[in-house]
Amino acid sequence: MTMDEKTRGDFPILDRIVNDHRLVYLDSAASSQRPRTVMEAMSQYYATSHANVHRSIHTLGEEATALYEAARDRVQRFIGAGAREEVVLTRGTTDGLNLVADALGRTLRAGDEILITDMEHHSNIVPWQMAARDRGVTIRSIPVRRDGALDLDAFERQLGPRTRVLAFAHVSNVLGTINPVAHLCARARRVGAVTVVDGAQAAPHLTLDMSALGCDFYVFSSHKMLGPTGIGVLWGRLRALEALEPTRGGGEMIKEVWIDHARWNDLPWRFEPGTPPIAEAVGLTAAIEYLEKLGMERVTEHERALARQAVEVLGAIPGVTVYGPPAGVDRGAVVSFSVDGLHPHDVAALLDQVGVAVRAGHHCAQPLMRSLGITGTARASFSVYSSHEDVSILAHALASLRTQL
Amino acid sequence: MTPAPTGLYSDTIRARWRQPRFRGDLVGATAQAEDVNPLCGDRVRMMVRLRDGALDAVRFTGDSCAICTASADVTAELSEGRSVAEAARLTTEDVLAVLQADIRPTRMRCVTLPVSVLQKVLTP
Repeated sequence: MTMDEKTRGDFPILDRIVNDHRLVYLDSAASSQRPRTVMEAMSQYYATSHANVHRSIHTLGEEATALYEAARDRVQRFIGAGAREEVVLTRGTTDGLNLVADALGRTLRAGDEILITDMEHHSNIVPWQMAARDRGVTIRSIPVRRDGALDLDAFERQLGPRTRVLAFAHVSNVLGTINPVAHLCARARRVGAVTVVDGAQAAPHLTLDMSALGCDFYVFSSHKMLGPTGIGVLWGRLRALEALEPTRGGGEMIKEVWIDHARWNDLPWRFEPGTPPIAEAVGLTAAIEYLEKLGMERVTEHERALARQAVEVLGAIPGVTVYGPPAGVDRGAVVSFSVDGLHPHDVAALLDQVGVAVRAGHHCAQPLMRSLGITGTARASFSVYSSHEDVSILAHALASLRTQL
Repeated sequence: MTPAPTGLYSDTIRARWRQPRFRGDLVGATAQAEDVNPLCGDRVRMMVRLRDGALDAVRFTGDSCAICTASADVTAELSEGRSVAEAARLTTEDVLAVLQADIRPTRMRCVTLPVSVLQKVLTP
């Protein structure tokens, strides 16, 4: 039984009929769908155990706190983190990157450099611009080669004693390129730079092990990995997290407060002001349980086979250009493509007419689009419920697309 | 695969996308403006040649989808030959009336962009 055959029945939304066709959902990189267990866990929580966490001295408060903190433990195991204190629950990848950029930014001085890459999502670019602003800090960017890989020779030239931060995506949300995290982080460490990895497109698809990756910070979202929206994870190496001053204040992140100053709470709560997304944490736990039951290695294998098929069959359609690593090179669960003479949004709209959902546009990666010399692409992306038939339907629809507009 | 219903891309949109009548640079343009659609990065430039208080010629260039291209073409057609005051009153509804398509909310910005760029040209 293939993974999609095993999982399809768990995702009620996949029974949707869209424009008189069975929904073929190929937009999981933007947001995946959720299995019934995630929705049930959240509604069960609201139906039986909801209260605010940490400060409510009553039964429901204790249950809610236990469930919320259990999510942290589950995440810790899922990503191979050394300690639960290293797991900060955020609102998502964008929130986590902003948190790190904001806090690290305050430690930067004139002449310092932040090194990013040309393939970053806007959420791993703009927060660094904000951190650099008014401080005399320069942002440099590693170019992307034609085969979708980072230009590591340029990286060596750009990395230097002024580099204070290296921030990059584990997996490109457009090209699907899997970047050599351990290598990049090892090189950065030699010049004393802090490393920040955007794992939004990796966490749903790859087995993660923070000790092996060697970065200082790793950030991802729940809603791309079968969990609910509104929650994400910032993992920080203990020493790296301890070195950060919190930039957002409120309840829960303090030990004691006076009128003119306050003392911060311990890790990880220091970075979790206010009432956290509790039901979402419960949902995230259920999502991780679901993925672990499938086995992340098998998830990777399933999605890799789909990406391989897509690169092959889409690339064979006349007028279709596929971007990213060439066939034979491992890639994440996304395949971007364009159709000669058609704008990506028109491609997506025409595919939607036959129930096929793909993403189209600049994918929040305008600098990458500029470096590719295009305004946008269409993108098919996969999850555990995606099937070879889905890819075939996409290819079939694409083949007749150019005659329609 | 069944053909796309005509609702989304009307014959007018198809025709104007394939062969826009007002696309191209405008020699002697006296005013122009450009803007982007932040949703998709589409870029439209509207150019106008004013003579005696009227839009003697209107052209557009840019990188845009079928709906946006058709909208720019219709916007140019509806405003060319009009007085500045008349052209400034042109609305998205006027363009939609010509396009005759079932434009979804997610694509409405594709229609409004050229109209708003023309307004920028006329009221700098």
